[in-house]
Amino acid sequence: MLDGLVIENLTRPGLHPTSLRVGKGKCVVIHGPSGSGKSLFLRAVADLDPNNGHIALNGETRAMMSAPEWRKKAAYLQPESAWWHDIVGAHFTHLPAAKTLAEAFGLYEPIFDWPTSRLSTGERQRLSLAMVLASKPPLLLLDEPTSALDPENTKAVELELQKQLAGGSIILMATHDRAQMYRMASDSLTFCSGKSTMEKL
Amino acid sequence: MSTETIFLTYTDLAIAASLLLVNAILSLCFGLGLEKRLLIAAARMIAQFALIGLVLVWLFNNVSLLFTGLAAAIMIIFAGRESVARQDRRFVGWWSLGIGVSSMALAGILVTIFALAQMRPDPWYHPQYAIPLLGLILGNAMNGVSLGLNNLTNGAAQGKLAIETRLCLGQSREEALRPIVREALRTAMLPIINSMAAAGIVFLPGMMTGQILAGVDPEEAVKYQLLIMFMVGGGTAFGSLCAILGGARLLSDSRHRLRLDRLQTFKSE
Repeated sequence: MLDGLVIENLTRPGLHPTSLRVGKGKCVVIHGPSGSGKSLFLRAVADLDPNNGHIALNGETRAMMSAPEWRKKAAYLQPESAWWHDIVGAHFTHLPAAKTLAEAFGLYEPIFDWPTSRLSTGERQRLSLAMVLASKPPLLLLDEPTSALDPENTKAVELELQKQLAGGSIILMATHDRAQMYRMASDSLTFCSGKSTMEKL
Repeated sequence: MSTETIFLTYTDLAIAASLLLVNAILSLCFGLGLEKRLLIAAARMIAQFALIGLVLVWLFNNVSLLFTGLAAAIMIIFAGRESVARQDRRFVGWWSLGIGVSSMALAGILVTIFALAQMRPDPWYHPQYAIPLLGLILGNAMNGVSLGLNNLTNGAAQGKLAIETRLCLGQSREEALRPIVREALRTAMLPIINSMAAAGIVFLPGMMTGQILAGVDPEEAVKYQLLIMFMVGGGTAFGSLCAILGGARLLSDSRHRLRLDRLQTFKSE
């Protein structure tokens, strides 16, 4: 299988060997109680922590790429957002694309000129997602991307994510929201103390 | 210009030492918890000075490259150990000492040889020149390294989220760590920049004060002090650069991950 995501025997401390195949345009939802290994798994895929295992995306092996190259393709959205410049817009390298995405999430133009400290938690979360999506990565690793959002904004984000899926992106998404799981994914990966089981939804 | 030296008695020193005791009492009153450290450091200083007096006399009577080199090596190892001894978050295993000693060695050896090339003592390794110079450079570089490393490791631990977010966006470890590296270098260099800016107006540096008190012509003392300040500035810059860039390297790995697992956990006292 050339297209899609192949994960074989991915391990790291706290994670039992995990294997997974996801086709292009598919979303797999990752769920399980807090501390069960969802974030450990996503961080290992993004190669943010030391890990072992084979991963390939659309025929390209992770080990053959430098880590920054890989992370541009396999973009991990952390559960908490971080802001290191004083002004919101300074964080964005793909500003026009990010502005279009932000508008889809109900955030309009002057927000990019705001001081970072003015952003609410929900605004931060949506802007972080816009930052990740703006570079059009083929694999999205989303760690609870809508945890701070109201139902309306959650819907706007899901709509955008479905658009990404239709464009051929692959999404692995950790969530606590069961309804969201059924809305977004065809398969789920359930974690329990570092062990995972794959289910059809 | 009188070149007479006024000799100090041990009673004079004891009276001066009472100032430190006042500090210790103040620390006790305000619950700063510094009194123990202060007194231990003072006791160590007295013992070390007494010892170095004896060692220097012996070294001056036995001028040899081997003995000078041996003394220098011991000084470098101690400076390296001291520069990482009071960090909030130390590197695990031998890395901590390794960073301290290698940055001290780089700063000390490079700058001392440079200074000796200016002063041309005969023989070039004569301990009367090499040992005090190395000591001055190490003493200052140690401060820079210790402040800079502390700032770097705290910056990495506290800025984990921002650093990893930048890594996730495909930035290299150099890019992601650049802000904390810059901040650490600034912190390391700030004291020496301050003292260069204020030297001569706000205070006379310790060495110059000592030389003038010991009866040396102020013009000669100024020339020596300038040489020393350049050496000290250069030594601090080399030492902190080596320690901070090395530290940043250790805080990340070849797959551009942030490796806080290479730091010991924060110990507050």
